[in-house]
Amino acid sequence: MSPPEERPRDDRRFWIVFTAGVGVLAGLGAFTFRYAEGFSYFSRDPKACVNCHIMQPQYDSWQKSSHHAAATCVDCHLPHTFIPKYIAKADNGYRHSKAFTLQNFHEPIQITPRNSRILEANCRACHSAITADMAGGQHPQTTISCVHCHGDVGHGERTGMGRIDIMGRNE
Amino acid sequence: MNRLRRALSTYRMHLAVAGALLVLIGGVTALLVNIMERKAEARNPYVRLVEVGEDDTDPEKWGINWPKQFDSYRRTVLSTRTRFGGHGGSEAMPESKLERDPWLRRMFAGYAFSIDYRDRRGHAYMLQDQETTGRQSKPQSGSCLHCHASIMPLYRELGGGDAMKGFAESHKFLYKELNDKLHKMGNAHPVSCVDCHDPKTMQLRVTRPGFIEGIRLLADSKASVPHIPSIELWRQGNRKTPYNPNIDASRAELRSFVCGQCHVEYYCGPKQKLTLPWGEGLKADDIERFWDYQKFPDGTQFADFQHAESGARLYKAQHPEFELWSQGVHARSGVSCADCHMPYMRDGATKVSDHWVRSPLLNVNRSCQTCHNFPEAELQARVDVIQTRNHDLLQRAAAALMAQLDAIRKARSEGATDRHLAKALDLQRKAQWRLDFIASENSMGFHAPQEAARLLGEAADYARQGQLAAALWRD
Repeated sequence: MSPPEERPRDDRRFWIVFTAGVGVLAGLGAFTFRYAEGFSYFSRDPKACVNCHIMQPQYDSWQKSSHHAAATCVDCHLPHTFIPKYIAKADNGYRHSKAFTLQNFHEPIQITPRNSRILEANCRACHSAITADMAGGQHPQTTISCVHCHGDVGHGERTGMGRIDIMGRNE
Repeated sequence: MNRLRRALSTYRMHLAVAGALLVLIGGVTALLVNIMERKAEARNPYVRLVEVGEDDTDPEKWGINWPKQFDSYRRTVLSTRTRFGGHGGSEAMPESKLERDPWLRRMFAGYAFSIDYRDRRGHAYMLQDQETTGRQSKPQSGSCLHCHASIMPLYRELGGGDAMKGFAESHKFLYKELNDKLHKMGNAHPVSCVDCHDPKTMQLRVTRPGFIEGIRLLADSKASVPHIPSIELWRQGNRKTPYNPNIDASRAELRSFVCGQCHVEYYCGPKQKLTLPWGEGLKADDIERFWDYQKFPDGTQFADFQHAESGARLYKAQHPEFELWSQGVHARSGVSCADCHMPYMRDGATKVSDHWVRSPLLNVNRSCQTCHNFPEAELQARVDVIQTRNHDLLQRAAAALMAQLDAIRKARSEGATDRHLAKALDLQRKAQWRLDFIASENSMGFHAPQEAARLLGEAADYARQGQLAAALWRD
């Protein structure tokens, strides 16, 4: 049984250790965040999307696609307004880092239904002059998506990467 | 008593907070180390711990530098099975094709394949299976080693440093002689790293002299090859230097060429050097025409063997996977052999091509789903439809050929001579060539379904025409 006058000293010792622990955690956390290039995820630089190298083929193929000059990763894959954009960033960031750390994702990488809806909305937003009058405009989830046919605009042809375009040369 | 309880609960709370802190710090540290590992993986595709050169045919040595590729390469010892491919039978001895499809034995009468012809096994067994096949009861030519061993050092030795020269001599040796040399030199390995990779840069390259000469014949021909754009580009140039796949071909093309070094049609007997018959093109009819024009060095007309039952002089199709793939929609779309048979897989932050070469049906997500956005079961079902149809058509064409052989036998018993049967025997060669082309090809028609069906349809038609010609031999 401890005498009552020893309690404050115990508390003080605990608080010193606690503060030191929180300091270590904060320092380590901040360093890890910086080391993992955490700030880049607040930018719109496509390079941030290949930080972890998993998306390298997607990045490479985007550079060979027709939309390369018109749109970057975030233009198609994230909502354009602030709050939904950061919700999507947080959602994807959490899923991607979990998958990359645990290495337990599906091969080949596939877009999630939620991200697919974001993508579809972005196609329609930029190309609204064409899509506004199209059937299904009000029900994007239930009708065919733009990329079902225009699958090559964002990431090029699925095959033939690195092929020599002999047909073009002949013309 | 109350005081004690309070002290204890404070103590417990402190312990819980400290514990939580420790777990958090440990977790963040683990995450940091994980990130560091991934970054390191991305930075160093490989570390060259040992030097490897052109004469290093032992894959284990390469495996020290490239353990990930080596790991999957080693898995080719495992037996794999799909509905039409791979092997039944025991682990030690694949099932005999001759038992399963007895018409094969009759079709190859007079040729060593009628003695022993089995299901395929993984790359790891290519040399062992060749050394122990029952076909070795007849003397075989040294040409066979072109594709069953890591042979380049031996070719250089035979040619005094010049592999092409050594290759041109190799058919004159008996298989057993050349194989002994190979073992003595320490190069008795199945296909190895050095056969497809430049040891300095790890770039893909082709080494097999037979392929280098064959693809040159193809480049020099007038055959249309839209799936090999580098040949069409080379043809537009001045053609002063011959087409060289290691210089002219794109990386995507080399991802098929390395396989095409061996998974092709060729002559590999003792009468002339190993020949890839691409001087007229890659289609079965083009190759047939090439063999029709071909004369052995002694001036006689080319043939692989004479049929023991009918007396027809015939061509034997070897596994023409590269040629059949060339006629399919995948080749036309720029999909290479390696894209489906050695698909990329991720290992941490690195991308490794799977060196466990096997049927894409065993790896549908990496092989097919990269392009085809459908569930695995759906893709499997589509392939199954194609292969089942091809299998049924194949059996039908085989039945037609057997009926033709029956008719020829009957005509012979009635006194028909070679002169009477000239047309029937000619038609047997045409029918059997087409049937064998698809039967020996290892995709059950999948590499080019329409082309396979065309050839099997023609095979059945020629066989029935031949049956008729034999029945009407008196006319």
